[in-house]
Amino acid sequence: MNTSPADLTLRADGVVLGYDGRTVIDGLDLTLPQGRVTAIVGPNACGKSTLLRGLARLHPLSGGRVLLGDRDVSAMPRKELARVVGVLPQSSIAPDGVRVAELVARGRYPHQGWFGHHSSDDDAVVTAALAATGTEDLADRPLEELSGGQRQRVWIAMVLAQQTDIVLLDEPTTFLDVRHQLDLLDLLAELNKERGTTVAMVLHELNLAARYADNLVVMSSGTVVAQGDPGEVLTSEVVREAFDLDAEIVPDPVSGTPLVVPRGRRHAVPR
Amino acid sequence: MTTTAPLTTALPPGTAVRSLRFARRRRLTLVLGVALVALAALATAGLMLGDSDLTPLRAFGAAFGIGDRGDLFVVQRLRLPRVQAAILVGAAFGLAGALFQGTLRNPLASPDILGIGAGASLGAVTALLAFGLSGFAVAASAFGGATLVALAIWFFAWRRGLHSIRFVLVGVGFSYLCGSFLSWLLARADDREAASALMWTVGSVADVRDGEIGLLLAGVLTLALVAALLSRSQGPLALGDDNARALGVHVDAVRVGSLLTAVGLVALATSMAGPIAFVALVSPAIARRLLDDGTPALAASAAAGAVLTLAADLAGQHELFGVGAPVGIVTGLVGAPYLLWLLATNERRNLG
Repeated sequence: MNTSPADLTLRADGVVLGYDGRTVIDGLDLTLPQGRVTAIVGPNACGKSTLLRGLARLHPLSGGRVLLGDRDVSAMPRKELARVVGVLPQSSIAPDGVRVAELVARGRYPHQGWFGHHSSDDDAVVTAALAATGTEDLADRPLEELSGGQRQRVWIAMVLAQQTDIVLLDEPTTFLDVRHQLDLLDLLAELNKERGTTVAMVLHELNLAARYADNLVVMSSGTVVAQGDPGEVLTSEVVREAFDLDAEIVPDPVSGTPLVVPRGRRHAVPR
Repeated sequence: MTTTAPLTTALPPGTAVRSLRFARRRRLTLVLGVALVALAALATAGLMLGDSDLTPLRAFGAAFGIGDRGDLFVVQRLRLPRVQAAILVGAAFGLAGALFQGTLRNPLASPDILGIGAGASLGAVTALLAFGLSGFAVAASAFGGATLVALAIWFFAWRRGLHSIRFVLVGVGFSYLCGSFLSWLLARADDREAASALMWTVGSVADVRDGEIGLLLAGVLTLALVAALLSRSQGPLALGDDNARALGVHVDAVRVGSLLTAVGLVALATSMAGPIAFVALVSPAIARRLLDDGTPALAASAAAGAVLTLAADLAGQHELFGVGAPVGIVTGLVGAPYLLWLLATNERRNLG
């Protein structure tokens, strides 16, 4: 898709992020490997969503830089960035009555000029995005009539219609049952495999993160505790340090990736 | 209205999506077309009816300068400016309402609720009663009042960006504040003064003069052009700030631009006709209902505002409901029940 595949690595370089003068992340470095799936996990309020928002330029940096290749993201025109980095934020609003196809077509915004109207190329891209997410039969349906799983697929279709090489997702599986969680992660894995899209997502579910990520980032109180291959990163020590939780790590019988089996107080090892 | 055409793989890619897009466009064209026909019919009626009723042919002829002196005077000096004013002012309110509601993502956001109309009233009434001004100075003062209130809301609502709900709540506060001042001014004025000042709290297109139409037209067209430029960003903006930013929209710039445009439209319209109740609140809701496609519906809302205002003015002027009343009263009488119905049935989503 892009002519120079070498320069589209998204990288945080000493970023400082916070709210109203309260610093959440103080000088964090992180690289999202190009063409891989990165999952960011960590306890509540560890700053993982804030970090993703900072990387996506949805939250202003108080310090440091976010780089796309060798370019400072904050100096890029927003529309240009939106043609490279697509984001599915945690909260999205669907206007009343909006149809699936119309919503997905809004993903074409960064590709259109001031007076730009939808062309047949846009129609083809929207159709492909609907097909990729299995929502083509819903094209004419109002979004509010759809189930949570369908809706999330439609929002992802909108991000796909943006045709970006990097896709960032903030807790995309929240509010979905376990089957729809797997469906969605499979969809992202296919996207990564077939198009080489760089995927980075904040996830809550450790075991799913371990299954689907090439690169697992474990965060705690605004810092990266460990990162790398899930098989090496997800140890009981790391889980204890990040989540303050005793857990056994066993191989996932299905995927062979680490499976975190938490103990909790009820099954605590007597000391 | 839903045409669920099965997607067959035999068609070239994008066909189904394109036909949906065309269907949406056809619906918009239909709505605007019907509004245009309604406007033409209402305008014809407005030119024909009065103390001396004219045939449609004579009325039209006179509007274009053909006919005897009496016809020309009645149509060109009295009736045409009123019809033109109703259309322009109505379109301005309708467009402003759509901009407010789309930008603030709140179906209750409108100059009536936000106190911007009240600000215009207060400006005009202050000029009339406190300073004894008249004519153009009163209109300018209404414009100033609306702008001042809008800026004040802005000042108090701005916290590292403009947040919708705070903007609306601060606006409601200012609405009451202006209302109180207004009542106080009217209460201490003598009867005759109060009666003429009262017109500025109701809204009427009866007194818009020939010479003001050109200014109104130029202003509304200019601001409508700005709105058209901003309208493309309204679609992404409706999905939430994060989504809009992720799609490449300069959220704060678009929001400030849209609100300034809307304030300009309201200030201009109220300086000519006073705060005509409910048009800005109801027109976008009507437009959204008619289109039912989740788009910002700016053009349709402007059209709905024009039709509504012209119809209300005709109804009030010709005592359709048994009494003669200025347009602002009629729109209030129609708008309030509509608002209640809107709140009762609500647009599926919560109003936050």
